[in-house]
Amino acid sequence: MCLAVPAKILEIHGRKAKVDFGGVYREVDISLVNARAGDYVIVHAGYAIEVLDRATAEETLKLWEEILSQ
Amino acid sequence: MFRLEDRKIADRIVEKLKKMELQITIMHVCGTHQDTLVRHGLDILLENVGVDVRQGPGCPVCVTTPAEIEEALWLARHGKTVAVFGDMARVPSKTGSLLQAKAEGCDVRVVYSIDDAIKLAEKGKEVVFIGIGFETTAPSTAAALMSAKNENFSVLSCHRTVPPALEALIKMGETKLQGLIEPGHVSTIIGIEPYKKLAAEFKIPQVIAGFEPLDLLMGVYLLAEMIKNGESDVKNEYSRVVRPEGNPRAREAMKEVFVTIDVKWRGFPVIPRSGLEIGERYAQFNARKKYEHILEEVHSQEFEEPEGCRCAEVLRGLCQPVECPFFGTACRPEHPVGPCMVSFEGGCAIEWNYRGRKGGNG
Repeated sequence: MCLAVPAKILEIHGRKAKVDFGGVYREVDISLVNARAGDYVIVHAGYAIEVLDRATAEETLKLWEEILSQ
Repeated sequence: MFRLEDRKIADRIVEKLKKMELQITIMHVCGTHQDTLVRHGLDILLENVGVDVRQGPGCPVCVTTPAEIEEALWLARHGKTVAVFGDMARVPSKTGSLLQAKAEGCDVRVVYSIDDAIKLAEKGKEVVFIGIGFETTAPSTAAALMSAKNENFSVLSCHRTVPPALEALIKMGETKLQGLIEPGHVSTIIGIEPYKKLAAEFKIPQVIAGFEPLDLLMGVYLLAEMIKNGESDVKNEYSRVVRPEGNPRAREAMKEVFVTIDVKWRGFPVIPRSGLEIGERYAQFNARKKYEHILEEVHSQEFEEPEGCRCAEVLRGLCQPVECPFFGTACRPEHPVGPCMVSFEGGCAIEWNYRGRKGGNG
């Protein structure tokens, strides 16, 4: 159940949103998160449970580089 | 989008681990971590540099007890429409599996989400959703019940929470664990605090890790460093998704709908305060209350785990799937003996799917 695929929010209709799992479209519930169109969310069993932090994601590899260079 | 599979970085991490001259045993508690470890051969890579990674009770389907499966079967055989996640339907119990019940003519539906089950109820049938999963899935059950209005809909809650199981594992002390890799998506909900408590009480270092191969390698590296330095802190490797405070809105929903109960896990004795049952305010949706008269008979019986099946030990990190005499012979995905061979998060199914045909007993 822990599929780690982030989905991109395309449209929001109330508590539901149409999302794109890399080409597969589904409707998911977004009532547990603060999400906007264009955000990437982590989805579990039809519910978005967290919004992916893009800035941190882009920083991740840079941070690792620093750790590994120590 | 974020495919963290760079081989060069992986080689550098492994090289660093090798230089540390480790001889450590750590555990993770997530089926998807096990999938990443085995799919990419990271478990072997890590073993070669002195890191023994055990899989704990991280598969929600696997830790669901035979008694809970019997409850679902009883409801199906009493004419209720039982809506369930796919892999749960195939777990065998004393009187069969839900899929077998479907073949007998019972109305068993495989659903992707609790919302699909509510849609089924809107057609008028008595629908029972089997709520399986840890803190990742429990908030969706809670959120759905907070807005559900259907009188013909209920939930058989088999939801459980991870931190009490970690505490139980540490206290049981069967394996001398020097560190824990914590599950990324459970952590998106609960945040860092519950792990800090464990670290303070049991002096055990922990790293929250994501699910890409490099997430896990980096997680193991950060953990190995803490073990080597004698630190017992909590580090968050998966900060692109896990916030230190977790997801308070999801926790509020869980608090609103569920009460914490003591519950048995497959492979474990009763773990205090590790189960989530539907609370009084939402009692109308609690299948155990609504169908007490049907479930009485199940509740008066004991249901043992299948004889000879070593899932219990696999779930406590004491036994590798290939060490079970049934692995690949009596027990295969098409005719499983225990749940670890059914669920795509189960250690045995993962071993069989990626390596069984080549390296296992099959």
